Amino acid sequence: MTTPYTGDEMLTVAASRAVGNDDICFVGIGQPSAACNLARLTHAPRITLIYESGTIGVRPTVLPLSIGDGELCATALTTVSVPEFFRYWLQSGRITVGFLGAAQLDRFGNINTTVIGPYATPTVRLPGAGGASDMAVCCQRIFIVMPHSKRGMVERIDFVTSIGHGSGGEARARLGIRTEGPVKVITDLCIMEPDPTTKELTVTSLHPRVSKEAVASATGWPVRFSDTLTETREPAVSELEVLRALRADTARAHGAA
Amino acid sequence: MSVFSSLQDAIRESVRDGDVVAMEGFTHLIPFAAGHEVIRQQRRGLTLVRMTPDVIFDQLIGAGCASRLVFSWGGNPGVGSLHRLRDAVEHSWPCPLALEEFSHGAMANAYDAGAANLPFAALRTHPGGLADVNPRYRTVTCPFTGETLVAVPALRPDVTIIHAQKADREGNVLMEGIVGVQKEAVLAARRAVVTVEEVVDSFEGGHPNACILPRWTIRAIAVVPGGAFPSYAFGYYSRDNAFYRSWDEISRTRDGFRAWLDEHVMRSGPEAFAARGRRVA
Repeated sequence: MTTPYTGDEMLTVAASRAVGNDDICFVGIGQPSAACNLARLTHAPRITLIYESGTIGVRPTVLPLSIGDGELCATALTTVSVPEFFRYWLQSGRITVGFLGAAQLDRFGNINTTVIGPYATPTVRLPGAGGASDMAVCCQRIFIVMPHSKRGMVERIDFVTSIGHGSGGEARARLGIRTEGPVKVITDLCIMEPDPTTKELTVTSLHPRVSKEAVASATGWPVRFSDTLTETREPAVSELEVLRALRADTARAHGAA
Repeated sequence: MSVFSSLQDAIRESVRDGDVVAMEGFTHLIPFAAGHEVIRQQRRGLTLVRMTPDVIFDQLIGAGCASRLVFSWGGNPGVGSLHRLRDAVEHSWPCPLALEEFSHGAMANAYDAGAANLPFAALRTHPGGLADVNPRYRTVTCPFTGETLVAVPALRPDVTIIHAQKADREGNVLMEGIVGVQKEAVLAARRAVVTVEEVVDSFEGGHPNACILPRWTIRAIAVVPGGAFPSYAFGYYSRDNAFYRSWDEISRTRDGFRAWLDEHVMRSGPEAFAARGRRVA
């Protein structure tokens, strides 16, 4: 008998397991922040977490609502200016892992967080790149975390905000980009990884009790499954306890109902 | 050389219709009181520049102050969309808003180039689709290695407005905590206006590497305690996260936004910020 958990909790736990003590992580708000801090509070106590507000080596006790909450600066090893952060720390290649979210994702890991619809006359205007497009080029590896849906996983994204594997194959290298790009997409249903040759995102692990059909019907392209498809390990009770305590403390601290 | 003045006079003298106006503060030290003064003085046709146009720019845009926005991430952090920004982009309300969009890395480098009095910044990034919609994204070839780099023009605002913790009696300004891009934005601008929490006799005895803007880099200083609320001032008061959440509802409709603006901006003044800051100290 296992503890019941949500798809979002499975996603967060799976993402937390993807990073380790030696990682220098560029952390975004939301699921990445929860996943990275869960890693820090469980199996990776020496992980380095960096937020784009220039806060390096943070150890927050509650999850920040914004990338510049006082909690980050108060618990950081050091806080640098934003230009210094982007120039010396990100652009230089010192960050091993960057977590990105996506409003739309295509099969080659290219991300849209800018607009739904045409740029000049959008149906929905989204926040835009922020530091994501810079991360997509400068972090050594990219993990993408997002809920799995046909709306998000699409045949063709409306706008390329952050480059992934471009048109597939060696496209990324042909653009002169030297970093690896997206190496994992972690959703509430499964984990996908780029095929070594074509770079097409392929399902490599299904979360427990999730069928291939469920993944296929929530994906906007004819999704492929790896020949060595595995099942994601269920969240441990200890992982769930730490995650839930972190979120409860966060909700109290931010005055949410 | 900086002069102490009222916020009303500082904005009246430094911000003109049609100006390029940067307001910086990366989540921390956001110059809300000064932004509200710009709204009250009904400036029009501004090009507003800010890496993270969040609630303060949503208010300025909804109030009709802006005709152009230079930015790299427009949202209510951790909450969702900016409804006034979206209404301006999607429906031209209350007036059309042209967008000039970059990434954070590009804007941070562009301010840095402005502060350094260079014409452009070179950086390693991939602008993606922005290269097709923003003609200011170009490329430059390194004359030494042949590497192709992205180039963006330096940002040179007519005026930069920031909030800081302290000024000393001579008019030097000190910032602590998340310092964002404010030093670069001030040094890149023709004029700089700073609101501060308080004035102290001197900065003697502080850390030798403290982030201090000398008085000769600043046009005007206004003392506005709580002036960054509902963002925060490290060492003074916390971020009012509950307000950022409530902004989603307040700003969702034009009527709701106007009613809020009328009560909390148009019929209010900078002195109201002191009590707001104390509430979350």
